[in-house]
Amino acid sequence: MSLDQKFLWLFGAMGGLLAFASITGWLVARRARSEGAIATAQNLRQRINAWWGMLIILFLSQLLGSTATVVLYGFISLFALREFITLAPTARSDHNALFSAFFILIPLQYTLIGTHWYSMFTLLIPVYAFLLLPAIAVLSGDTDAFLERSAKIQWGVMICVYCISHAPALLLLDLQGFEGQNALLLFYLVFVVQISDVLQYVFGKLFGKHKVAPRVSPSKTVEGLIGGGLSATLIGGCMFWITPFSFVESLLMSLVIVVMGFLGGLVMSAIKRSLSAKDWGTMIKGHGGMLDRMDSVCFAAPIFFHMTRYFFSV
Amino acid sequence: MWISKCLIALIRFVIGATARWESPPDLSRQRIYFANHTSHMDTLVVIAALPPEARRDVKPIAAADYWGKNRFLSYISQNVLNAVLIERHPAPGQNALEPVFEAVRAGHSIIIFPEGTRSTRPLPGEFKSGLYRLHQSFPDVDLVPIYLENLHRSMPKGKHVPLPILCTIRIGNPLNIQAGEDKQAFLQRAREAIVRLSK
Repeated sequence: MSLDQKFLWLFGAMGGLLAFASITGWLVARRARSEGAIATAQNLRQRINAWWGMLIILFLSQLLGSTATVVLYGFISLFALREFITLAPTARSDHNALFSAFFILIPLQYTLIGTHWYSMFTLLIPVYAFLLLPAIAVLSGDTDAFLERSAKIQWGVMICVYCISHAPALLLLDLQGFEGQNALLLFYLVFVVQISDVLQYVFGKLFGKHKVAPRVSPSKTVEGLIGGGLSATLIGGCMFWITPFSFVESLLMSLVIVVMGFLGGLVMSAIKRSLSAKDWGTMIKGHGGMLDRMDSVCFAAPIFFHMTRYFFSV
Repeated sequence: MWISKCLIALIRFVIGATARWESPPDLSRQRIYFANHTSHMDTLVVIAALPPEARRDVKPIAAADYWGKNRFLSYISQNVLNAVLIERHPAPGQNALEPVFEAVRAGHSIIIFPEGTRSTRPLPGEFKSGLYRLHQSFPDVDLVPIYLENLHRSMPKGKHVPLPILCTIRIGNPLNIQAGEDKQAFLQRAREAIVRLSK
């Protein structure tokens, strides 16, 4: 199968899956009687509709090519960092540091991916931005809560820009016998992360009894985690035909993605709670903000990127 | 007008500028919107928060010394914002608010920043007496408090580029009319209406 054929199949299958979800959502809504059930059904419908939107955006960016994909993730980083900084209170004296983060670092980081400058892509934020952002902030002369303020900006930039940028960075790996097909790997990562989130939600709603971390994320259950996580791992394993991995390798990679995704959801939820918010934003109806949808990608992308690079790159 | 549509779209894209109404507004009535003031974007942000049909006959009150400073700003304030410009430091004997009274008399709703200048703090400072005088002369016009959240973070006084930080416009219910209230008590109550929206 050629690359285009594979993508056609994949997006076709996603469309079918969502059509099935839409019909299920409609049936759930028709059967809902109690107030709680009606609210759940409405949230479910919003979530599924948002998925249609996201699928269409992913499809268009795939159609337009790798530059469009990199630009798309640049905007995802921008929206994610915007939500992070909105909730994490910074001061007036951070204006210039934040200006650099939003308007210089994000375009620069994604330009490095677009121009395939791998070493600078890995160093820009952990080395240069790490040192220069507090340096810019210190020029304002404000020492009030300086460490906290710097840490907030550095964390935001690491999570929302550095970590997320590892997803499109999959496009710049040179993998044996996989030349020109890296876009499939990006699809694989996003698909496994999101199907894991979805299945954990579904298993949790159907069988969930025991909460994993009631204080951090009340909606995550042991049943959801195990049922959803294992089935997502299995589905990921079966997707080996769009990757450079064998079935077993793909199974292990999916397991890593699922575990990191789960941990990402947990950590980002803890940050959200420490900032006393329930959702990161309101951008994606039914899901919350951009970061509510990307939290698992933030943690899964860098690890998946480096494992693939270490074991499979030429 | 296309420029105002573009500006509103741009503002929405960068800072979100979502409106949260305390209860669905009665837009058939003439209204005086009053808000805390922390950035140069405030006027545009309030206009962006209003439904398109309410935008047409609303006039923001803006300082002539800033919005008339150069041809670009005065073009924007006249043709895009549809603003009423007032002198912040009027000559003795001149009533700076006369153009505002005229606009209200003509039936326009207005947007006013009763502190008279931008503040560096999220909560409003002391109000000037203009709002009281307007209320005295036009007791039938609704007074609607607005809290502009996060605008002091997106573009604080002295900074010229807005940061993409999500801002919310919290629009309250009109103030109750209280007969025989003196100036200080009224201004205090109006200010507290904004403070309450910030919580």
